[in-house]
Amino acid sequence: MTDIWAGLQAAFWLIVTLDADLAEITLRSLHVSLSALVIASVFALPFGTWLAVQRFRYRRGVISIMNALMGLPPVVVGLIVYLLLSRSGPFGVFGLLFTPTAMIIAQVIIIAPLIASITHQAMRELWAEYHDLLISMNTTKRQRIATLIWDGRRTLLTAALAGFGRAIGEVGAIMIVGGNIDHATRVLTTAIALETGKGDFALALGLGFVLIALALLVNFATHTLSRTEREGRW
Amino acid sequence: MALTLALRDVTVRRRKKRILGPISLDLASMGTTIVLGPNGAGKTTLLKVMHGVERLSDGKVTWSIPEDAARQQQAYVFQNPIMLRRTVFQNLAFPLELIRTPKAQIADRVAHWAARIKLDDALDQSALRLSGGEKQKLALARALIKEPAVLFLDEPCANLDGRATREIEALLQDTHKQGTRIIMTTHDLGQARRLATDVLFLLNGTLHDGGQAQGFFENPQTPEARAFLKGDIVE
Ligand SMILES: Nc1ncnc2c1ncn2[C@@H]1O[C@H](COP(=O)(O)OP(=O)(O)OP(=O)(O)O)[C@@H](O)[C@H]1O
Ligand SMILES: [Mg+2]
Repeated sequence: MTDIWAGLQAAFWLIVTLDADLAEITLRSLHVSLSALVIASVFALPFGTWLAVQRFRYRRGVISIMNALMGLPPVVVGLIVYLLLSRSGPFGVFGLLFTPTAMIIAQVIIIAPLIASITHQAMRELWAEYHDLLISMNTTKRQRIATLIWDGRRTLLTAALAGFGRAIGEVGAIMIVGGNIDHATRVLTTAIALETGKGDFALALGLGFVLIALALLVNFATHTLSRTEREGRW
Repeated sequence: MALTLALRDVTVRRRKKRILGPISLDLASMGTTIVLGPNGAGKTTLLKVMHGVERLSDGKVTWSIPEDAARQQQAYVFQNPIMLRRTVFQNLAFPLELIRTPKAQIADRVAHWAARIKLDDALDQSALRLSGGEKQKLALARALIKEPAVLFLDEPCANLDGRATREIEALLQDTHKQGTRIIMTTHDLGQARRLATDVLFLLNGTLHDGGQAQGFFENPQTPEARAFLKGDIVE
């Protein structure tokens, strides 16, 4: 009990004094997960929208694959990316293993299907609502997708936030491909795992608080978004 | 060039059930055609077929001008108004934006049409928050803003009170005078009499009666049409 209490006090102190290690790790976490978010969104948002609008032969199959990918355990993604990037793997020459880039790649693979799937779901609803109108107005496919993306922008942002939430809290894959190297690839989740193992609860708890704060922030943003949607603002 | 429409043996089947046709008819280039018939007769389906958004199981729909050009000149107001999740202004501007109308011109036209449907105070409001009747008026104005040559209306006054109905009718009469071809369904026989130049009377998916408005209303050829006009139930 005294351990935990002392840990909490020290953690609090680390945060208010903006401890250098803590700040560095937090910033790296944000860098990795935000990069993954941006890259995944660039592919997943248009793809999910396209999938909602376009009828083609293997559509059902593609949707099943997307949903299956969403359920991939992150550790397995980590393992696969590890094998691909390791010195003897097909992309070994780039020397990316144990770099933040490798972690970003792994997180993109983890969150892109999630973002695409949420996008697809929401866009299918919107498309059902707009279908007759947009067809009747003789819109081009491009115009249809643009209209859906614009009018579904809040939902798309919600999808992106869900992706970010998953990325920032993920530990298995980035531990494997990043290696949790101090001052290089250590991020919030992997640092917490390590410090807890070492028994340094102060830093672990401090990092934990930061992580919780980020998760709350994402939740709050999602909530605010759905409110502006209901009220028809923005 | 006069814009005319011909339907030849048009049939629509869904789930092995025939819901429309076979129907053959010609629409002249001028006038207001009112489509009458009981619920489920196929009025909406016929309008969509003419507009080219319903898949045909058989037959042909041909305009007197190339299909692409014909599509550009039509507008359709759905039985349940479809609102974009945007403001009233943006809903009105939408069809003009699609054809890349200059911004200043869009603002002018939107202001004009918003005033005509008395929604000029609501331009910045979300269209989703309008009342049912206001939505219907907005959908109509959004269809008219492009000044279409052909206007399809599926029960445009269904949820409107007497006054709003008169407003819409005045609007439609103006539109008619300006030479827009109107094809519309309604359950309001008084309205049908006020607006129609000719009538199509549908029953069970087929064209059962119809013709010039005056002749049809004064002397319908079939007992079913006669009963329908008297307000009796027609099967
Ligand atoms: N996609 C579809 N699949 C199966 N049946 C359909 C489909 N669309 C319409 N129908 C059926 O076709 C018939 C005609 O429908 P339609 O909507 O054209 O009638 P309507 O004359 O417009 O009726 P109302 O006056 O109620 O608007 C109805 O019995 C309807 O149930
Ligand atoms: Mg109908």
